[in-house]
Amino acid sequence: MTAAVAEEVGARRYETVIGIETHCELGTATKMFCACPTTFGAEPNTQVCPVCLGEPGSLPVANGRAVEFAARIGLALHCRIAERSQFHRKNYFYPDMPKNYQISQYDEPLCVGGWLDVDVEGELRRIGITRVHLEEDTGKSLHVGATGRIHGADYSLVDYNRAGIPLVEIVSEPDLRTADEARAYAEELRAVLVALGVSDAKLEEGSMRFDVNVSIRPVGHAEFGTKVELKNLNSLRSLHRAVAYEAERQRRVLAEGGKLTQETRHWDEGAGRTEPMRSKEFATDYRYFPEPDLVPIEATASWVDGLRAELPELPAEQRARLAEATGLPAKEVGWLVRDPEVLAYFQTVLGRGAGRDPKVVAGWVMGQLQHDLREFGHTMASSPVGPERLGELLDLLAAGTVSATAAKDVLAEMFNSEASPATIVERKGLAQISDTGELEAVVERVVAANPDLADKFRGGKRGVLGAMVGQVMRETRGRANPKLVSDLLERAIGG
Amino acid sequence: MPISRADVEHVARLARLALTDEELDRFQAQLSVILEEADKITRLPTEGVPPTAHPLPRVNAWRDDVPGPCLTREEALSTAPEIEQDRFKVPRIIEEAP
Repeated sequence: MTAAVAEEVGARRYETVIGIETHCELGTATKMFCACPTTFGAEPNTQVCPVCLGEPGSLPVANGRAVEFAARIGLALHCRIAERSQFHRKNYFYPDMPKNYQISQYDEPLCVGGWLDVDVEGELRRIGITRVHLEEDTGKSLHVGATGRIHGADYSLVDYNRAGIPLVEIVSEPDLRTADEARAYAEELRAVLVALGVSDAKLEEGSMRFDVNVSIRPVGHAEFGTKVELKNLNSLRSLHRAVAYEAERQRRVLAEGGKLTQETRHWDEGAGRTEPMRSKEFATDYRYFPEPDLVPIEATASWVDGLRAELPELPAEQRARLAEATGLPAKEVGWLVRDPEVLAYFQTVLGRGAGRDPKVVAGWVMGQLQHDLREFGHTMASSPVGPERLGELLDLLAAGTVSATAAKDVLAEMFNSEASPATIVERKGLAQISDTGELEAVVERVVAANPDLADKFRGGKRGVLGAMVGQVMRETRGRANPKLVSDLLERAIGG
Repeated sequence: MPISRADVEHVARLARLALTDEELDRFQAQLSVILEEADKITRLPTEGVPPTAHPLPRVNAWRDDVPGPCLTREEALSTAPEIEQDRFKVPRIIEEAP
């Protein structure tokens, strides 16, 4: 492509139009239409019954809790809950669908017409939600062959534990314009689902996945360009990369005088590009018809009002409240709100002790605590260091009893001990040395050992003091009060 | 006839049925009779009658979200023509490109 052509088809002439269909497994204890448990990671084909295996004569019964969860999602996304909705059969043949149809919703979905506000680099964008409907997940296939992928496989092995797990499909309007917006939307949607408590929305376990429609059109045109569907993106990173790649690919095709075809493409994460899927096996004649074995859903006003009244605080509200209450910057507030367990922990530490500094608490909860959790193989849920204990440690830090360096050692020790931070400080001799006499000898030693640094300091290079403070800290195993050390060093050098 | 032979072939393909020429003729005739009957119903005055997918006057037949018994793996796999690694073994899903 020449520079001139590149300029012509640059972002100024075309805009990208993106719509996202999000599939999310609901966190119910049982499947959508039978009482099989939904535990992740169970041995293959041990959470199955005649209903989810599609055995002749078996009959589905809808999971009331799943219906309630889907309605809660709809309400959180400002949708209207349809007074009457029903299930349809979507007919197709695929080995991971043992019934040869998927029970889904078609022209009468549970929730319609809402929106989600998404913060894109500090700017609020309102993204329309077309619908939210209920359906069931499929089984999981293992493709056996040289490639390990469906293409080129010799045969496949199917585990139906996942078949029939309740799934919501959340369809956005084509309101997104950039890969950044697409990712921000997916992140915010995920945060809403987690806050609602309807799903763990774990991308890495496949409980949340995205199908994305991407097209481009000349800026100012109302009609849409030729649409390409990117199937089954399962991480925020893939979503962002795939959308960015695909929009650029389409621009290039048009720039080179080519024509776009409406098709489904597969994102190859390793190669970093999209490729056409061989589609003749996926006949799109689904012959939807009302599921005769399931009666319609009727949403009464009182049921809907009850669910609306019980909605928890949503991420946008949480962020606003937290920013107001703590004065923390937007970025940190965003991090805290992303994980309800982190948020609850943070709020407990802050709430249980008077005068704790939100900035310090946030720094430790998101920083050193997360580091140590990873280090010792724990999660927030299994953390041996509870918010009360961390709070006690931070109080010792605030009072000057321990230095920040020593506090990190104490925290690490707390992962292996039930003793209080104060006991650990005492037992390990980690109390901060704030005694001038005790520190002066060390300071003098460090100054004597570094005449060049002392000279530089006297010559006006005050930055070298940090290196000398560091040496004193090392000599005292992190126990020295850094502020005091700094003062003593300045006095000793005589700058 | 209300249904063409091409439509019968299409429906058969969607249902993964391999029909002989003789069967296509027979089913075209039979399906046409059924569709003619259905056509009589579409000619009835149904204004003001809501679409009815279910004959039962019931809604919201829901189940509590409480786990029940499953099949054992042996029971579940007992109908599988072939088994490997405790899973249902199925033929190649996508044929090689020509």
